[in-house]
Amino acid sequence: MTPEMTTEFLPTLWFALVAVLWTGYLFLDGFDLGVGMLMRGWARNESRRRVLLNTIGPVWDGNEVWLITAAGATFAAFPLWYAALFAGLYIPLTVALLALILRAVSIEYRGKSRTARTRDVWDWCLAGGSAVAAFSVGLLLAVCTTGLPLNANGDRVGGPFAWLTGEGILGGFAVVGFALAMGWAYLGLKTDGAPRQAAHRHLTRWLPLYLLPMGAWAVVVVSRDGGLIPWALLAMALGAALGAWTAARSRREGWTFVALGASLVAGAAGIFLAVFPVVLPSTLDPAFHLTAQNASSSPYTLTVMSWVAVVFVPLILAYSAYVYWVFRRRLAETHIPESHVVTPL
Amino acid sequence: MDPLDIARWQFGITTVYHFMMVPLTIGLGLVVATLQTMWHRTGREEYLRMTKFWGKLFLINFIMGVATGIVQEFQFGMAWSEYSRFVGDVFGAPLAMEALVAFFMESVFLGLWIFGWKRLPARVHLAAIWCAVIGSVFSAYFILAANAWMQHPVGVEMVDGRPVMNDIWAVLTNNTLLVHFPHTLAGALSVAGSFLLGIAWFHLWKRRRDGIDTVSADGSVVVGTTGSKGRDETDYRVWYRSLRWGAWIALVAFLGTAFTGHAQAQLMIHQQPLKMAAAEAACHDGTAFSVLSVANPRTEGATDCDDVVGVFEIPGLLSFLAHNDFTTDVAGVNTLIPQYQEAYGTHLPDDPMYGERAGQEIDYLPVMEVTYWGFRIMITFGGLAALAAAIALWVTRRGTVPDSRPLMRLAVLGILAPFGANAAGWIFTEMGRQPFVVVPNPDPTGIDQVWMYTAAAVSPGVGAGELLFSLIALTTVYAVLMVVEVVLLTRYVKGGVPAGMPELTAGEHDDHDEDHGPDGGPGGSDARRDDADVLAFAY
Repeated sequence: MTPEMTTEFLPTLWFALVAVLWTGYLFLDGFDLGVGMLMRGWARNESRRRVLLNTIGPVWDGNEVWLITAAGATFAAFPLWYAALFAGLYIPLTVALLALILRAVSIEYRGKSRTARTRDVWDWCLAGGSAVAAFSVGLLLAVCTTGLPLNANGDRVGGPFAWLTGEGILGGFAVVGFALAMGWAYLGLKTDGAPRQAAHRHLTRWLPLYLLPMGAWAVVVVSRDGGLIPWALLAMALGAALGAWTAARSRREGWTFVALGASLVAGAAGIFLAVFPVVLPSTLDPAFHLTAQNASSSPYTLTVMSWVAVVFVPLILAYSAYVYWVFRRRLAETHIPESHVVTPL
Repeated sequence: MDPLDIARWQFGITTVYHFMMVPLTIGLGLVVATLQTMWHRTGREEYLRMTKFWGKLFLINFIMGVATGIVQEFQFGMAWSEYSRFVGDVFGAPLAMEALVAFFMESVFLGLWIFGWKRLPARVHLAAIWCAVIGSVFSAYFILAANAWMQHPVGVEMVDGRPVMNDIWAVLTNNTLLVHFPHTLAGALSVAGSFLLGIAWFHLWKRRRDGIDTVSADGSVVVGTTGSKGRDETDYRVWYRSLRWGAWIALVAFLGTAFTGHAQAQLMIHQQPLKMAAAEAACHDGTAFSVLSVANPRTEGATDCDDVVGVFEIPGLLSFLAHNDFTTDVAGVNTLIPQYQEAYGTHLPDDPMYGERAGQEIDYLPVMEVTYWGFRIMITFGGLAALAAAIALWVTRRGTVPDSRPLMRLAVLGILAPFGANAAGWIFTEMGRQPFVVVPNPDPTGIDQVWMYTAAAVSPGVGAGELLFSLIALTTVYAVLMVVEVVLLTRYVKGGVPAGMPELTAGEHDDHDEDHGPDGGPGGSDARRDDADVLAFAY
């Protein structure tokens, strides 16, 4: 490749890869954030809660690594984007970190508590943590499309709450709603009995409502920045969402899940494509916009990272798929063993 | 308050905290994987029980490491955005590689291991724990590669004022990394060793207290049983074997830290001579190792350290540590500071990126109380743990521990020693490179022009209020979670093997337990048994 090609091509490739990582995160952690919220949002008794928790048990940690990888890849490939975005969103990201910490710990520790009261505390940490984490990720992605008051150095000016806009909040609700839809779709696919019935009922009635904020946000972004292709992708996303709804109504759980995922992929592609090549706009001056070009690492670093990604991403997908395959069977309340109380010898 | 100070406190607190969990994860992970391999090879019951018991404690700790690890990755961008911009081209790569190569493997395979006990063929299940553990070791390698680059920048050239990577291989084979990595692994194993030793000691002592095991006239153990599987002869073997393993691991790991630490010191003397001098409170050039030095309180901003008085020194030892002989002078602070001032200036540049500090005089001397004592606490705690392990091997040679409560308490308390050594070592090495966040290296293998002052690294757009908010919030949550983790670990330790392996004693209470609900009836159990292998329910 000529030097011109590498300086043009590699940042574009890495923009696409970062977009894939964020989309992958929304797809995979989407459903376990949703299931986490339903721990308090729907499940009313202990055995149902344990069914829910065990459906995501083997996979949630691997799913969360998509977030870590998305952030790490942004750091490696677009350090200026990473620096401006993460410092600019200092307060919401602190809250997101607290939510992710409490959520992770409560998944592991809730079953180890001895009283119903402490278990309740953990359940609230899990449900609340999942909701706040989903909201924060949505906010972060929305800020990448609406921008921050960045100066020439890429530093946020205007105080700790300068990120707060209606569109950011819409983005937050978009991911919360989507995660709930995915959570139900996953339960429909992975459980038997009450959760499966509830999934059918909820998706049949409320699926359009869950996806409404996501659709609204996508339309706002694409009508401002987008061209023909992003609109076409949004139309595809809408079609997939309608397909998911139809599938949900006719109890085709696998298709519901797949169609929801397709809707996400098409919608995310539309949004990312609409804003490209800007990765983080400055609301002060278009000259300060961070773009895939001016925020990226050197061609050498991007080349190295590309090779790492080429080798390891397929490997990751393969062994992750294997784990889903191993734990493919549906769970029901009848499977749940009695809870085990640890007593001193 | 100064944002820089808050950001530094936050980084210090979150990092030291995170590194309470990490060494135990790595060390205990290796132990658990080895135990399961032994079970797979020999089929002996005690190895299965050991795998389950130590595996449970491993998981309770693992999750805290995962949860606090995300903070580490995010706060480079959040609180240190100027640093992230400056080094992103070279520093972000090992972080992203850690996620892609190591952390995915660790997390995905650990999930497979936890839930796959009944679903997977034995070999595949064993492979799962090994993949997870190897992932955690790789993870340490990449993170240390990033840290080693800050201590000793390699593989870059300066382009438009920023280091741009031109050799990833140099970054991944940085000589600083190659001694860092085994040192950290040995430190992790020493944590695991003392952990096994202390907890196994407690259980052997408990068995003696409860009159299960007794001691014959010649002092050797007579193993007993209560009839319960939780307290039978196999249970004795679980603890005795764990104790011996733990003691040997602690001993060998200490030797590992000593040798690799020696190699580190020899590199440090070239790469960061001032850190070594500060670790020794060595003001003047010399060859003696200080066992104890005291100082008059330093006046604010003073850079001379003539007030330091060596109370007890070992002649020639410092020279041996640094140069492998007893006579070569090691440069002291008073020699080095003028060299630094000549090479890197006496005052911070008058650049807005330094904020209020622009134009201030640079204090090249790290906080000597911290480096001096950090270095000594590390060595002392590490040494104490190894000494305790050696004594434990001798004391338990006849098969059990003495029936002494204070001795048992000491063994349990000893678990903390290697944690203290690890924390002190990191505080020493990170505080010792101040005032730099990226240290300039006069060493010929380093790149001398690449450096960054910590004062320039902090996020310019983030205010003291935001930093204070996150510092208070994170510290509070961390403090609460530390209590929770210790309470849970204690509960599972006291529960013994059945705590990590409920199936072991599951049937034992059925005869006299009338409190079963309707689900506990025979019909319910049968239905459950039919397809109980959906997954091994962990939650």
